Amino acid sequence: MNAGEPFIRFDWIIDNLDQIGQRLGEHVLMVVASVLIGFAISFGLALLARSHRWTYGPIIAVTSTLYAIPSLALFVLLIPITGLSLTTGIVALVLYTLLILVRNIVVALDGVPPEVVEAATGMGYGPLQRFWRVELPVATPVIVAGLRIATVTTVGLVAITTFIGLGGLGYLIINSGTRRFFPTSIYVGVALCVVLAVVADLLLLWLQRRLTPWAAAQGR
Amino acid sequence: MQDAAGAVVAFEHVTKRYGRSGGPPAVDDLTFTVAAGEICVLVGPSGSGKTTTMKMVNRLIEPTSGRITIDGQDVMSLPAVELRRRIGYVIQQVGLFPHLTVAENIAVVPGLLNWDKPRIQTRVEELLDLIGLEAGSYANRYPAELSGGERQRVGVARALAADPPVMLMDEPFGAVDPIRRDRLQNEFLRLQDKVGKTVIFVTHDVDEAIKMADRIAILQRGGRLAQYDAPAAILAEPASEFVEHFVGADRGLKRLSLNRVSDLELTHPIVVRAGDDRAAARARLRDGDGAGYALLVDAEGRPIGWIDDDELAGGGTITANAARAGAVTVEPETTLRDALSALLGSSVMLGVVVDERERVIGLVSVESISDRLRQAGSPT
Amino acid sequence: MELFGQGIAWLADPANWTDPRNGIFLRLWEHVSLSAAALAAAIAIGLPIGLWIGHTGRGATAVIAIANIGRAVPSIGWLGIVFPLTLVALGRGGLGFVPSVIALTALGIPPIVTNAYAGMREVDADLVEAGRGMGMRELDVVRQVEIPVALPVILAGIRVSAVQIVATATLAAIVGGGTLGDFIIQGIFVRALDRVVGAAILVAILAILTELAFSLLERRAISPGIRRGGQTAPIEPGGVALPRVAG
Repeated sequence: MNAGEPFIRFDWIIDNLDQIGQRLGEHVLMVVASVLIGFAISFGLALLARSHRWTYGPIIAVTSTLYAIPSLALFVLLIPITGLSLTTGIVALVLYTLLILVRNIVVALDGVPPEVVEAATGMGYGPLQRFWRVELPVATPVIVAGLRIATVTTVGLVAITTFIGLGGLGYLIINSGTRRFFPTSIYVGVALCVVLAVVADLLLLWLQRRLTPWAAAQGR
Repeated sequence: MQDAAGAVVAFEHVTKRYGRSGGPPAVDDLTFTVAAGEICVLVGPSGSGKTTTMKMVNRLIEPTSGRITIDGQDVMSLPAVELRRRIGYVIQQVGLFPHLTVAENIAVVPGLLNWDKPRIQTRVEELLDLIGLEAGSYANRYPAELSGGERQRVGVARALAADPPVMLMDEPFGAVDPIRRDRLQNEFLRLQDKVGKTVIFVTHDVDEAIKMADRIAILQRGGRLAQYDAPAAILAEPASEFVEHFVGADRGLKRLSLNRVSDLELTHPIVVRAGDDRAAARARLRDGDGAGYALLVDAEGRPIGWIDDDELAGGGTITANAARAGAVTVEPETTLRDALSALLGSSVMLGVVVDERERVIGLVSVESISDRLRQAGSPT
Repeated sequence: MELFGQGIAWLADPANWTDPRNGIFLRLWEHVSLSAAALAAAIAIGLPIGLWIGHTGRGATAVIAIANIGRAVPSIGWLGIVFPLTLVALGRGGLGFVPSVIALTALGIPPIVTNAYAGMREVDADLVEAGRGMGMRELDVVRQVEIPVALPVILAGIRVSAVQIVATATLAAIVGGGTLGDFIIQGIFVRALDRVVGAAILVAILAILTELAFSLLERRAISPGIRRGGQTAPIEPGGVALPRVAG
């Protein structure tokens, strides 16, 4: 950054669109992978916590503790185990989604009105059918709402993976930005992060509305 | 499609214990039989095991000993899930599936039984008609869009969908206000007239039991059967002090629940409509039997309110809002006790009897009710 | 795995702690003082706003906007946004502490505001009316009725904010703010992995201690007569219930 130079250099943006696009792509990939894997694991843990209630406390305690650890530190602490690679980043990001999603899924399933469950059982749904056809659909709005939070949070955390060399929009913010005293790159990176978070949130909101036409009737 | 008639449900020495020995059982050596097509009401104080007993029929609770049979077949001989698909189940909070439309809710059990689509469709329309909800506008609504009374009715339709011979109902009308409860009870009785299922109905309300039951099973704390008989017999000859006490000291008044408005001879009101000429209406009123009031009805024949002689004064035509006193309405299935209670609460001591579409059939008065009571005074 | 050993070894060497220019004590102090300053500022700014909007009920859109911004902007983003501005405004003085504390304060405000708002809104309107009916002035109602009842949620918000600030302070090294993160970031640069791992362990412990300390504070500060109400909306970690984005 030099005196006399404009604060934001639009010419740089245009010249580097492909690089910017690449970083954006890396970022999106990491977010999607982490959230999907995190959701799958959280779902399993949530089912475990519901069928064996005593595991719920410990699961929440462990994931809460992990959540408190700053992401950079967690990335670093995983390096001895998973090396300096994409795996390290994904594993850490997945661990962060666990706290939000496990608790969220459990609460969502617990929130199905007991009379609905009782009616389903009394009418002759077997336990598996009841879960898939009644409890899960009714719990969907809350689950997707939790996914929204987890996704937006993950978008922010992925930015920090640049410190262990994983690229993403964090690269624009730190490597080509802050480290080089180059505001244009910083602001492009931050702006894209915000846009990505908002778009992801709205997309999931749309998904929620599509999956639950009946929730509109309730005015949710 | 003709609905199947009810099945015989028999309890043979059914007992349910919780936990280790010690302490009274929840249900103790119950033996009785519910005849096909009858409504058997299980009634008793809390802790009497009435809901437990009902839930043992569809094995939501398994008996500790004894056996329950439906048309001779032990309920344990089928897998529980299959058994439940052949028994209608209605609970107090209804439990309609919020994520399914009304039609889809009703179609659940037929779907589980693998009926083909056209058959399910026909059945859904049939049932909506049976419960008085117009298929066109209600089939695709979600439960959240329905009123409390509508939800209760859909719950009953849903239980009837697969045409089960037995229905279990756990305080199904408990969650609504008394007026709506009366309507729902009457509707169910009309329904039962048409379908004739065997119904096991749990309530804590003795008056509801007397109104609804063909036979009442009174359970006492500890799950023992205190008396199993027709309502009139229980009121006339309670089998024990407990039954006497439970039914209540006002047994005489309770007898009012044994008779319905349909048992009375109805008088007929002078009916006027908006747009009728006032002078003509006054004349008809004077020529009438001295009731002093004319009943204002709408275009479909549904009562709006009462108009007296003074309000008919002057010329011109009657306006739609001319009635000052509202009309109290009852149905043919309403018990005399509820009818009397409704009348005593109104300013005009006349009750308008309406049919299921709320059109006027006739009138009841406090006098006609007390006349009927005098006739029924000697126990039959 | 032996990297852990290296990290522990680095932590075990007292020289690393007392080094006057790059010692652990120094960096630790930087980390804690920066975090404390930012937290204090965030509370000073965010708490009154949240309490007041929660009490009056007006300006809820502002709270929702703050919550959304707080969620959408990544923690590192605040440093990135503030840094060039302070650099331009203050030259060399715009490095280090100044951009760090501003960025961390901005980061720490949303949880405090949204929780103070939510906590105040949840207070039973009957209680407030009773207070007014007894002759309390508005400020008394806020102080003696609403805040004690809303305290669990308010403190939870402060806790979440504190943990976020302590965590992100780690990254302040990137703008010259020092802190324990300096070991990690510089360490990665120069490939001195022993201090990277060692500092990471320390940072993790510091963050967990912060979470525990504030949790304890929460529990102690809440009158035993108040129980936390049930939450049905999806919960952020730490018990923050946030207003949603766009419905």
